[in-house]
Amino acid sequence: MILSVRDLMVRFGQVRAVDGVDLDLDAGEIVALVGESGCGKTTLARSLLGLVAPTRGQINFDGQPLDYRRLKPFRRQVQLILQDPLGALNPRHTVYDAVAEGIRIHRVPGNEEERVADALSRAGLRPAERFFLRYPHELSGGQRQRVVIAGALVLSPRVLVADEPVSSLDASVRGEILGLLLRLRAELGLSVLVVTHDLGLAWNIADRVAVMYLGRIVECGPTAEVLNAPRHPYTQALLSVVPDVGRTRQQVLAGEPPDPANIPSGCRFHPRCPVVMPACATAVLPVLPVLDLQAPHQSACLRT
Amino acid sequence: MSLLDLREVHVAYASAAGPIPAVRGVNLSVERGEVLGIAGESGCGKSTLASTVLRLLPPSATASGQVLLDGSDVLTMSWGEIRTVRWAEAAIVFQGALHSLNPVQRVGEQIAEPLRLHRTTKGVRARVSELLQQVGLPESRAKAYPHQLSGGQRQRVMIAMALACAPDLIIADEPTTALDVMVQAQVLDLLTGLVRELDMALVLISHDLGVLGTTCDRIAVMYAGEIVEVGPGLSLFDHPRHPYTQALSGAFPRIGDPRARYAPIGLPGDPPYPGELGVGCAFHPRCPLAVADCLAEPVPLTDGVRCIRVDG
Repeated sequence: MILSVRDLMVRFGQVRAVDGVDLDLDAGEIVALVGESGCGKTTLARSLLGLVAPTRGQINFDGQPLDYRRLKPFRRQVQLILQDPLGALNPRHTVYDAVAEGIRIHRVPGNEEERVADALSRAGLRPAERFFLRYPHELSGGQRQRVVIAGALVLSPRVLVADEPVSSLDASVRGEILGLLLRLRAELGLSVLVVTHDLGLAWNIADRVAVMYLGRIVECGPTAEVLNAPRHPYTQALLSVVPDVGRTRQQVLAGEPPDPANIPSGCRFHPRCPVVMPACATAVLPVLPVLDLQAPHQSACLRT
Repeated sequence: MSLLDLREVHVAYASAAGPIPAVRGVNLSVERGEVLGIAGESGCGKSTLASTVLRLLPPSATASGQVLLDGSDVLTMSWGEIRTVRWAEAAIVFQGALHSLNPVQRVGEQIAEPLRLHRTTKGVRARVSELLQQVGLPESRAKAYPHQLSGGQRQRVMIAMALACAPDLIIADEPTTALDVMVQAQVLDLLTGLVRELDMALVLISHDLGVLGTTCDRIAVMYAGEIVEVGPGLSLFDHPRHPYTQALSGAFPRIGDPRARYAPIGLPGDPPYPGELGVGCAFHPRCPLAVADCLAEPVPLTDGVRCIRVDG
């Protein structure tokens, strides 16, 4: 297990952004962390990168607990890819400088130019030398995202954390970038945690899916099982509103997720749940345990 | 007579290197009670086309052709006439609700603004309450500032503004792009419900063919300023004929489709630069079916598809 999270809790004052999460990421595995804005998925991803210190719980990398006083070697191994490549790239840095920055920060020995060229061509920008002196504004959206990915690859990381990696890209480019993530996994054995609200993306590339609601994982399991036969009413509702012709009736939930500073008692989904029972308002649901890869999927619902 | 009738509409932006065509000969019509989708990616001209309908283009743009709104040509109207058309006959809901709303004015006042512009003085407050109810917000939210509302609520405020003067046509430019799937479903339900209830017409612009396929009666797909395919919503999404529409349709996979597992569909390359288009098909450099003939001459829109490799 390359990354594992146990009983993770991240609080900002009264806000319980991540409220008890167990999650594993295996070597060479692609896991999609799915949920709506405000569900805590980005906070969870940030704490996996050591950007936010957890209030409680533990994060293990390669069997070792994360040492918050010595994060630099860890950060080299776990790289972040952000949603908006135009925002992630310095407009006054060339592609070469943007990709080489990580090597310089981590003082990686060896030929810098070779490493940059290798990372760019792995990210699909070929011939790499032609892109060295370009600026972000001269590139298309898809090319910019490839530069961001090359900047992560140049450090030979073992894990990529990608936060909405394609949501700002055009539809026709989206598939190309997702294909790139699959190829990197196959060629380099990278593990990828994709944070997204897009269930289609999960269906496209993820081995496992974890669905998050209001700080907790409410359903988790192999992608095909969770998305073909969702068990938690929240996952069922999310799936029913994905635009798709011929799908069963939509289950549009009213309102929006409650304030994470004021999480409902019992099952946290019960105020919006279409199949709520009286017991749901008071029942204490345990944190979903971590499953090994072969096990069937689990959902945190009294009915299942 | 159609409510909106676009005839040979061309729009070009001036640049140092000469005019750059953004919309190249679009013919489209929208009937009352109809939901028309316009699909396409950034730079394809769909937002330019939307702005043309209300003459919201920047001064660097020149439009030609005819934009007939209820029979009268918007492109030849005087500014006074246009002011009476905006909000009252046609209104636009823009994509980024946070950027389109005034951050230091209460939303109730902002919804009242089009009413006041159109000289309504009596019953403004009652009308604002009614509009808020119509879009599913409690009346008390009139006192809120935009930052106190969620993304979905802000988009509802934008829709209430558009409805204020009871227009016949609403153009919604990527109204749900920044929203979560659940909130997106709520907003789309609201818009299509209003069209039926108030007998309006809705033009829905999006890059997501799935969203359009499930909500629109008819869809037009744009590429490089032209319509490359037009047809009934469901069948266009389910059985796309133009190779570009096929790629767009495949980009958002059907969950449960085993062919899409570990096989995301994309298109290599990028859309063409509008200043450098040849005579033939603009899509051919990225097209899996391209042959030499594609470049020879302009490809007409035949039986709803602009492609020589597709049989009508």
